Amino acid sequence: MRHDATRGTALAAAAAVLLLAGCGSDDPVNHPWRPGGAPTDAPAEAPVASDLSGSVAGAGASSQESAMQAWVAGFQSANPDVSVAYDPVGSGGGRTQFVEGGVAFAGSDAPLDEEELAAAQERCAPGEVVEAPLYISPIAVVFNLEGVDSLAMSPATVAGIFAGTITRWDAPEIAAENPDVALPDLGITPVNRSDESGTTENFTEYLHATAPEAWPHEPSGDWPVSGGQSAQGNSGVVQTVTDGTGTITYADASKAGSLGTVRLGVGDEFVEFSPEAAAAVVDASPRAEGRPATSFVVELDRTTTAPGAYPLVLISYTLACTAYEDPATGELVSAFLSYVAGEAGQAAAADTAGSAPVSDALRSEVLPVLEGIG
Amino acid sequence: MTATTTSRPDARPSTRDLLTRPDTRRRVVDRLMAVVVTSAFLIALVPLVSVIWTVLGNGIERLSPYFLVVSMRGVFGGMDAGGIYHAIVGTLMVTGFATLISVPVGLLTAIYLVEYGRGRLARAVTFFVDVMTGIPSIVAGLFAYALFAIFFGPGVRFGVVGAVALSVLMTPVVVRSSEEMLRLVPNELREAAYALGVPKWLTIVKVVLRTAVGGIVTGVMLAIARVIGETAPLLITLGVIDSINYNLFEGRMMTLPVYVFRQYSQGLVPCAPEAADCIATINYDRAWAAALVLIAIVMLLNLGARLVARYFTPARGH
Amino acid sequence: MSTSDTPPVRQEDDDLQAARRPHRDTAGRVFAGLSTGAGTLILVVLAAVAAFLLLRAWPALTAGSEELAAISWIPDHGSIVRYVGPLVFGTLVAAVLALLMAVPVAVGIALFISHYAPRRLAASLGYVVDLLAAIPSVIYGLWGGLWLSRRLEGVWGWLADNLGFIPLFEGPAATPPRVMMTVGVVLAVMILPIITAVAREVFLQTPRLHEEAALALGATRWEMVRMAVLPFGRSGLISASMLGLGRALGETMAVLMILSPGLTYSFALLLAGRHQTIAANIALQFPEASPLGVSALIATGLALFVITLAVNMAARWVVARRKDFSGAN
Repeated sequence: MRHDATRGTALAAAAAVLLLAGCGSDDPVNHPWRPGGAPTDAPAEAPVASDLSGSVAGAGASSQESAMQAWVAGFQSANPDVSVAYDPVGSGGGRTQFVEGGVAFAGSDAPLDEEELAAAQERCAPGEVVEAPLYISPIAVVFNLEGVDSLAMSPATVAGIFAGTITRWDAPEIAAENPDVALPDLGITPVNRSDESGTTENFTEYLHATAPEAWPHEPSGDWPVSGGQSAQGNSGVVQTVTDGTGTITYADASKAGSLGTVRLGVGDEFVEFSPEAAAAVVDASPRAEGRPATSFVVELDRTTTAPGAYPLVLISYTLACTAYEDPATGELVSAFLSYVAGEAGQAAAADTAGSAPVSDALRSEVLPVLEGIG
Repeated sequence: MTATTTSRPDARPSTRDLLTRPDTRRRVVDRLMAVVVTSAFLIALVPLVSVIWTVLGNGIERLSPYFLVVSMRGVFGGMDAGGIYHAIVGTLMVTGFATLISVPVGLLTAIYLVEYGRGRLARAVTFFVDVMTGIPSIVAGLFAYALFAIFFGPGVRFGVVGAVALSVLMTPVVVRSSEEMLRLVPNELREAAYALGVPKWLTIVKVVLRTAVGGIVTGVMLAIARVIGETAPLLITLGVIDSINYNLFEGRMMTLPVYVFRQYSQGLVPCAPEAADCIATINYDRAWAAALVLIAIVMLLNLGARLVARYFTPARGH
Repeated sequence: MSTSDTPPVRQEDDDLQAARRPHRDTAGRVFAGLSTGAGTLILVVLAAVAAFLLLRAWPALTAGSEELAAISWIPDHGSIVRYVGPLVFGTLVAAVLALLMAVPVAVGIALFISHYAPRRLAASLGYVVDLLAAIPSVIYGLWGGLWLSRRLEGVWGWLADNLGFIPLFEGPAATPPRVMMTVGVVLAVMILPIITAVAREVFLQTPRLHEEAALALGATRWEMVRMAVLPFGRSGLISASMLGLGRALGETMAVLMILSPGLTYSFALLLAGRHQTIAANIALQFPEASPLGVSALIATGLALFVITLAVNMAARWVVARRKDFSGAN
């Protein structure tokens, strides 16, 4: 009798597992049970029958993740037999895996340093290393203050707030730059990222370059001031700001949502973040020198006074080779990255991740290189 | 707590003192403490009820057959889509593999302790099994990572690594409960078997284990219930992935607890006002719904364990 | 879940074994060897945990401060020891805080179940408390982060306003309350069941004679508890608390999902960005850490391992000593 019961339980469990295994679907978007029905207007069939097939793997910066999800989804729906995987292990991990040959392409918030560049060139030999700034994202300074949805701040004021020297919203520095805003008598709670991140690195780099007196700390991926509110990830800091009052943080612009935003002082004017303003600073910045011709590394000019430029941006590079040992891999990488750099790909990322589409000028330089990958 | 130090049972004069004081004060104190003790119990109910209530209330809405059978592949932004199928698969496979490792080792260790163990080794095993139940789960994860990183290089992440981490946490629990069950088997049964000339190992397999099987199954189910909700070790050994992965030996795997954490940390989605297919709280909704599934699994395992225990060993004490 | 006592029949068992010795068969030897091997494996695994952690932590332990400076989250001119220090401090603060909140409640619950509730209900009430232990920690994190913290904000604000003169409650209370105090509450809930379970077990073992003697002397129920039950259960309570402490020390997810971390030695429980625990820090930094960074994190994990090992060994030692004592009783 006991045996029967055990066997019965085991059978039931096995049946449940089998049942579950039978129904599993890796295509949630087009699943017939989807609430509201599967989208029928979606590009159900690719107009050009794609003959690409196989799989290709990338790894790297988590900042690119949501854009990458959109890219992968868009590319896979046009090429149903292709599978692209992106592992958000972080910029450092992505560079390491790329150099060691573990992944075909990588995403990194920082360009390769000299040592890595040498190693990467070895990996890509006889081809060249490609570094393409395909993900340009403005970083927004956002705050939660009742009744205020936009404030103008010079870099020195922003630095003062985040360094802890300006502690109240009605401080004279803020009031002077916002004469028309009724500022509450409330303490400022700055919120920073608790994990190491490219966003923090770009933000501290910006403060360091534009307000060296108010911001004495070196640029770093880890927040240099201790004793403040912090949270993990862009979503975490935004959530923390939303939950509190008088809170302020910096985050990927796509996450800003309905929070109040800061117009940053550039030259004599205050510029609101926007994809165009972010693209403008990239175009106004010079290319880094002493790198291979296929490397499009931009030396961001944080102190730019170019009109309408928003210098607080994060550039995430896509790393690839111009030639791969396995031509099939090369073909896939080329097709995928060409899609990413193309107008459709950049628009998809702008929609889902709020990134700034690369300018036409930059695209006309990058695209031929990516299309030439083999 | 101060009371315990002042009133040892041997403090005779003060005891008599205490007992001869006017009655009303003592009655009031007695009543008061009864209220305090009872309210302590009620206080404990507050988080229990509120956890279950919030998880149910927030999770039930998104829970649907669709949610259970699809993965998150290709789902991004505030899309009203995606599910936990890949996480359920991962959880079942990883926990299952951990059980495959833990049960034989745990059961054999328990047999050793009850039937064979003598002297220093047995005492050491008993002691360190107890100590091992206190290993922080994240340390178990680091251990599994460190072990596999030696063979597969840094950045190693696949199912078996997580299963090894879980089995480090699970084995001592299995040993503890199996040991207790084996000790409950009356010695008369063993002696009867020996008297019939059955060798010891056969006695253990055919008589002792068979008698204790209900209790052992209960213990194993409780052990599974304990590790199935582990998050931290899986976060660092399995990583995260949006697609279904049926292969324990290659590639990242998603599990339910990690799924909950990941959805939580993805946070609110900023929806464009004109976007039709966008729910701002979609990530939280999915986190709550997955949490509900996870709690349901854990509670079912607990309930099943109690039922098995009741069914097989009706005469068991506590 | 107490370990049952050694069955009194062991001696006979031994004799039986001796009697059967001539029958030695291979299967029996293999089986005995297997089970002994499994027992030994436990010891080996525990040793391996220590060994592998040490092995992996070694590069970070021996690295110079310039090398470590490449890891952005290690402070400049820092060594691993200086990095671990505040983490150990934060871990201890979290665990002790949780313990201070959990122990009185747990004792109350255990007393309620063992001496106040109707006998018939006791078992099911115990099960209800055990359910608290069954809920996975990530769900506590979710609950604490999205539901509880919002509701505690006012309480912490009141504490800071009215008791702010005590350094522990130094204000102004952080908004949102991603602070140690909130973490302490959630951790206390999480360790409540384990402390309750052990305490309940211990209280139930109070010799009936002691209890009845107290009652016969005219003691009220509370006086009986105070004079017979609590003194008897004291060492059991200590070990229960240490088990709870061990659990709280290693808790990861709830801390990770609630706390605004910071690396300082501070007792201000209502201020954000002051504390961080080892376990939460590992989970936070691990995914994007460089190889040396992973090594540094494993070094902190080693510190956690040693601390919890010490606490658990002490707890078990107290339990074992108590068992000897009560066995002789």
